[in-house]
Amino acid sequence: MNNTADIVMIFLVLTNLILLGSSRLIACIRTVAVQGIVLGLLPLLLNGWSLELHLVIFSAAIITLKGIVFPWMLTGTLRDLKTQREVEPFIGYGISIVLGTVILMICMWLGSRLPLSGPATSPLIVPVVFFTIMSGLFLIVSRKKALTQVLGYLVLENGIYAFGVALVDQQPMLVELGILLDVFVAVFVMGIAIFHINREFDHIDTDKLSGLRS
Amino acid sequence: MTIVLRLINPILGLIAAPLLLGIINKTKAGFAGRTGQPLLQSYYDIWKLFHKGAVYSRSTSWIFVAGPLIGLGATVAAATLIPFGALPALVAFNGDFLLLVYLFGLSRFFTVLCALDTGSSFEGMGASREVTFSALSEPALLIGLAAVARHTSSISLSQMFVSTTSDTWLEWGPVSVLVGLALLIVLLAENCRIPVDDPNTHLELTMIHEVMVLDHSGPDFGFILYAAALKMWLLGQILVGVAVPVHSGNPWIDTSASLICMGLLAILVGAIESSMARLKLLHVPQLLVGATTLSILALVLLPR
Repeated sequence: MNNTADIVMIFLVLTNLILLGSSRLIACIRTVAVQGIVLGLLPLLLNGWSLELHLVIFSAAIITLKGIVFPWMLTGTLRDLKTQREVEPFIGYGISIVLGTVILMICMWLGSRLPLSGPATSPLIVPVVFFTIMSGLFLIVSRKKALTQVLGYLVLENGIYAFGVALVDQQPMLVELGILLDVFVAVFVMGIAIFHINREFDHIDTDKLSGLRS
Repeated sequence: MTIVLRLINPILGLIAAPLLLGIINKTKAGFAGRTGQPLLQSYYDIWKLFHKGAVYSRSTSWIFVAGPLIGLGATVAAATLIPFGALPALVAFNGDFLLLVYLFGLSRFFTVLCALDTGSSFEGMGASREVTFSALSEPALLIGLAAVARHTSSISLSQMFVSTTSDTWLEWGPVSVLVGLALLIVLLAENCRIPVDDPNTHLELTMIHEVMVLDHSGPDFGFILYAAALKMWLLGQILVGVAVPVHSGNPWIDTSASLICMGLLAILVGAIESSMARLKLLHVPQLLVGATTLSILALVLLPR
């Protein structure tokens, strides 16, 4: 229980629950940033702090992008917006936390049904990674503001990333860096899109965009 | 001899409980730059109240008189169940942690009944809040204790605390942290401390526990204050037992270490009260659900 991977996994669960329960956008952005930094350290932790060059570069890239660049870009977007907090989400914060716990329990059950073929570093990895992906999806569907949905997308990506790092012994760095580049471009484009939505409509409630169809 | 040894723990609780409030108030005064009330002020208050006469409204019934007595009785009964440091509990049997939680529940139930008995609208409001919040904090306490029970594979409080050793921190550090945090939130909520309730206010619109006991006077109010102090001590004992398991073998060291931890806990509560604002009433359930979630996490994340 005391191995560092477990602690990182529990930390991941806690940050997800904080995201589900907090309404201030700036706090959400910071939580996702902290999550990104801890996940950036995960490859080093799993390999027992063996400071091989490609691992260090990989970690540094992850931490720079997820811990510094994304939060910086999103905070910049937030500064131009009028709204500083998520108001009236589709599902309230208290209920979100309760649902999060339920989802976690389902994921624990699912994780126990999906044994890993290889030597797993931690029994918590599969359930927690599922939970991270699910809470990212949950954020996307249950919140109205476009910015929170971007954060949900980032959390979802964090989950997939953690799965790759934790399960594959030596992940092909090129693939991971490629994904990272994609995510970077995605967040960049989404930031611009949010800016335009805000300028055009004076709000970033995505549910109102469906009115454009008719 | 053993029965004398076993009696030490509840008696220690009965004597030392109001001191905890004194330490909290001193800490708060220190943060605010005041001298503050004397350390033993809670004792003086209770002593003073015991020497006053009680006033009963004509609209109240016997429940109003019996409530504070039953509340104190249930809390004293709960005091016999919890071991402390090297001191064993007076009574220990399988499943006594459930009894502990429900003794607290009984005490609360009668406080609420008394509040409703007076027919005051303010007290009804306080009662409604108290019941809402305790319904949310009880699962946190119960599930937290269940998590500890599952680690130590025992369902008796005494056995649980004996089995919780410093090795528990090495093996299940994260789980201990989760349970400890949940219990701290429960302690703050159940004792009407600041993120949930402000013990200093006398404004009916903001307070929860205090508003329910507005109509009690004299010895009855003394019983209530004393029971509240004792409850704080008991929840503190549980928290210290789970979070700081000292089992060095020397009973003096164990007990004094636990006593020091209780003092530190009181200072921590004082620091929290000084540095935080009271939460909006609507946000309190969120905090308590959060505490329950932490407990559930501790229960679920255990290695199988």
